[in-house]
Parts: sequence; structure tokens; C-alpha cells
Amino acid sequence: MALSEKDVLYVADLAHLELTNDEVKKFGPQLDAVLEYVQKLNELDTTGVEPMAQVTYPAAENPTLRDDRAQPCFTQAEALQNAPEPGGGCFKVPQVIERE
Amino acid sequence: MDNLTHLTIEGIHSLLARREASAEEIARAHIERIKRDDQNVRSYLSTCEEKATEQARAVDRRIAAGEPLLPLSGVPVAVKDVLLTRGLKTTCASKMLENFVAPYDATAVERLEAAGAVMLGKTNCDEFAMGSSTENSSFFSTRNPHDLTRVPGGSSGGSAAAVAASLATVALGSDTGGSIRQPAAFCGVVGMMGTYGRVSRYGLVAFASSLDHVGPFGRSVRDVARTLQVIAGRDPMDSTSAGVSVENYEKSFDGNVHGVKVGVPNEYFEGLNPEIRANIEKGIGVLERLGCEIVPIRLPHTEYAIACYYIICTAEASSNLARYDGVRYGYRAREYSGLRDMYRKTRDQGFGQEVKRRIMLGTYVLSSGYYDAYYLKAQKVRTLITRDFIEAFGDVDVIVAPTSPIPPFKLGEKMDDPLQMYLADIYTVTASLAGIPGISVPCGKLAGEPPLPVGMQIFAKHFDEARLLRVADAFEKAGGFDVC
Repeated sequence: MALSEKDVLYVADLAHLELTNDEVKKFGPQLDAVLEYVQKLNELDTTGVEPMAQVTYPAAENPTLRDDRAQPCFTQAEALQNAPEPGGGCFKVPQVIERE
Repeated sequence: MDNLTHLTIEGIHSLLARREASAEEIARAHIERIKRDDQNVRSYLSTCEEKATEQARAVDRRIAAGEPLLPLSGVPVAVKDVLLTRGLKTTCASKMLENFVAPYDATAVERLEAAGAVMLGKTNCDEFAMGSSTENSSFFSTRNPHDLTRVPGGSSGGSAAAVAASLATVALGSDTGGSIRQPAAFCGVVGMMGTYGRVSRYGLVAFASSLDHVGPFGRSVRDVARTLQVIAGRDPMDSTSAGVSVENYEKSFDGNVHGVKVGVPNEYFEGLNPEIRANIEKGIGVLERLGCEIVPIRLPHTEYAIACYYIICTAEASSNLARYDGVRYGYRAREYSGLRDMYRKTRDQGFGQEVKRRIMLGTYVLSSGYYDAYYLKAQKVRTLITRDFIEAFGDVDVIVAPTSPIPPFKLGEKMDDPLQMYLADIYTVTASLAGIPGISVPCGKLAGEPPLPVGMQIFAKHFDEARLLRVADAFEKAGGFDVC
């Protein structure tokens, strides 16, 4: 299989990445090599095999979910301390809806 | 300075108990040594001298007040920069988080400090823990203390190198596909990943959530066991942390492993560097002389592990790293037109090459039309790989294998060929996929100048860390590290 530049740009768009032309040229063959390698999995017949999304283990001694009770959390200042553009106690984002 | 920096935890505690050195003196010796030696090794991204001094003084005050030592009292620790440390920078070795100051502590960090540890600083790694050499750090490459022209392994290369160079007594790292065990092998130290869920992931910056582990490095099995003991156990802040009780690991360290069945999987000796192979075979010989029963076993799906792992980890990474949008924290591009353009430019400028590559791969395998062929297929193969281990542990108590198929390589050697870099993870990704515990212990050195370390892995079944550590300790006591 060959990943075209169009495919690379399509995936980059899905991932919200703006790749440079150099990156598009470089990533195409590199991703292709990995995708070709992983075709290896098709050698295996996995009919009837359950997919594994998470490591599970025999019954835990305690339930895994904590009680649903309100607990202390960040103050507004703490929540905003790492924001690249805080303002008015909020996270500022570029305008999303066009003005009339 | 040096006589205070080569110590084990027991060594530190015996000095403290006899009042022959204070925790502050021990911390100071490490800080001075970092200033002197880390210019070459470059294992730390940042140090926290003030915090270390404060914590060491608190330990000294406890001792002066006649209070008993805690498990890690006065022990200088380094923490991989993917674990949150309140009030200190946590960068994940990424431009994206270059100025991020953590608002809370990771549970593992909090537990270390509650046990009396003295935090020295944050260690370098591959960006967002993605890599096997620490060369993907956005800031600089760490060098292998055994040979400064070679990589320390990765992604927790800074933690491994710091412990190897006596710039910390123990360190925390994270392991997703081998990121503790492989650098431990490359740097000649002990590194361990417990069962998935053994240690809380709260405050570990997420890479691939179903595979991520927090675990310790040390210069002895006992130090690693002690550190794991402190950080292990249920945490209400991580619903995947297990409610399985934590055994007292050191209690069983009597060196007796007579009758322990040790599985040796043939699949882990194919395509292996012949000198590494010779060392591992000698290591297995040491276990045999200790009275272990060596049993040849099969783990037939091993050859599919890399393909399986790189689909699953990139899929999870592409989802986890969607949070870096330039809004709530982290980098934001300076110039853009509109929201979408801000996301795209922020992510392009903030992420390095390998992170982008993995986001791309993960997005591709999850995209419409490919999900079943790649992601679902890989999840099914993950079941087969796990079954291999469960079946094997029906016959044996532990499994031994090499940690890496190759010795530490030269800086820059594999940077242009991501697939070759991925293939180097072949012996470590299997245990990550199955969620079983694994340790890498030093197993002699390769001939040559300078001699490069070799690591041997030991695996055990889920939550059987006690047995795994007991075998590792016996191996170490029998001179396993030197006789190879």
C-alpha cells in the first residue's frame, strides 16, 4: 500500500496538525513503512478472539470506583495558572462565530 | 562527596541512624555531584535545590526528635519529567509544556515524599515518553554514563542515567512499551514495571492509558523493591489502580529460590545480538546453580507484538494528545487566523517529529474504514499475546529473557528510521501488552572498551511482584551481575 500526499494531508487534518511540506514528504514513506510492517497481523486468524481494550485481572478485593462525593478542587486561579491566554477569569479562545 | 552518593537505601539509613551523616549532607553531596557530572551526562532537565534542602532538613529534624526512619527517609530521588510535581515545571521534554508548572503532585511522587524521600529534580526523556533513546527530547539528548557517545535508552533515559551515574539513589520512570526496562539495561541499573494497575497513574501525563505504568529505578533490587512498595497500591484517584493488597517484598529476600520454575522462551533468542545472548545464557546458568528448574517454553505470538503495540499505543496517544489545543495550558502559536488555525499551528509548532508521527499513525488506524483492519485487529492480537503468558505461567513461576536485542547504540544512529527504532522494543512490549510485571536486572557486560551493560528481564504473572523480586534479588546476591 502506498500513502499518497493527499492521504497524509487528510490524516493531518483529522489530527489538527498543520504539517510543513517537508514533513508531508518525510512522513508519507515513514508511515507507509510502519503500516506495511503491521500488515503482519493479518497472518493471524483472529476469528472468535475477544478484543482486549484494557488489562483486566481476577476480581479485585475492593471496588474500583470511589464514592461519588464532592471533594476540594482547584481554585479558579489554579485552574488558570498555566493558560496561555487567560482573561476575565476565563480561558480566551479566538473568535468562533462570525459577527453579523 | 562521592562516598555519600554511591550508597544504597540501607547504606543511607545506616549513616543516618548512626548520625554519621545528615540527610542534608547527603542531599548536598548529590547536588554538588549533579553540578559536576551532569554537564556530561545531561540526565536532568531541572533541579530543585531548595525543595531538596527543605525536605532533607525535615528528615534531620525527625531524626533529632528521635522519630523512627521512614522507608525512604533522606533518600535522594529523581523523577521523570512526565510525572507532575506540584510547583515545579513538568515539561514532558516537550516545547508544548515548556513552561507548564504542575498544580498537583502525581500519586507516586506524593507517596515518595510522604515516605521521607528528598526530591532532586526532573529527568530528561523522549518527548511525551515516545521513543527508545531519549533523543526525542525537545531540549537535549542524555548520554549513556558508560559511554558518552551512546544513548542511555528510553524513554526514561534521564532517570536511568541519573541512577547509573550516582546522581540519584533511586528514580521514577514510566514504562509504556519498555521505557523503564530498556534504559535500565542500557545503563546497567535495575528498573521495574509492576503489574498494570499496581501503581497509580494519577499525575502521570498520559501517553497510552491502557499501557502506561509508573515504576522505579535503583542500583540494587532491594532499593527497587523498597521504592515500589512505597508507591504501589490502590489510589481512589485512578480507577484502574488495583485493589489488590501489596505484599512486603523485602521480607522474602533470603536468597533461596530452590525449585523455582524458570521459563525460557525460545522466541526471545531469535535475532538477538550473539554477545548479549551469551550473557543471558550465563545468567540463566546462575539461576540454575541456585537450584531453579529451567524450563523451555513457547510464547508463539511474540513476533506479532511490535505490530500490535505500535497500533494500540499510537491510537491511544492520538486520542490522549488531543488535549493539547493551546487553550487551557501549554503552548499557543503566536499568529493564526481563527480557532481551527490556532489548533493546527499550535500543535505543529509545539510537538516534535516523533510525537507528530505517532499522532498521525494513531489517527490513521482509528480513522473511518481502517478501524477494524488495524485497531480492532491489534486488540484481538493483544488477547493472544496475553493468553501466551497466562498459559506459560500455568507451567512456570517466572520467565527470563533478554531486555534488548541490541546493545546501547550511538547517538543519532537510528533517528532517521523510526521502524528500526520501534523494532528494538521487541522484548519489552510483550509484557506491557499483557499487563504482567517485568524487571530488568544487570547481567554482566559486553567485551569491548568501554564495556557496555547487558540487561536480563524477569517476568511474573499478574500481581506476583513478590516472587519476581525474590528471584531478582537472589540472582543479584549470587553475583549474577558480575559473573556473566
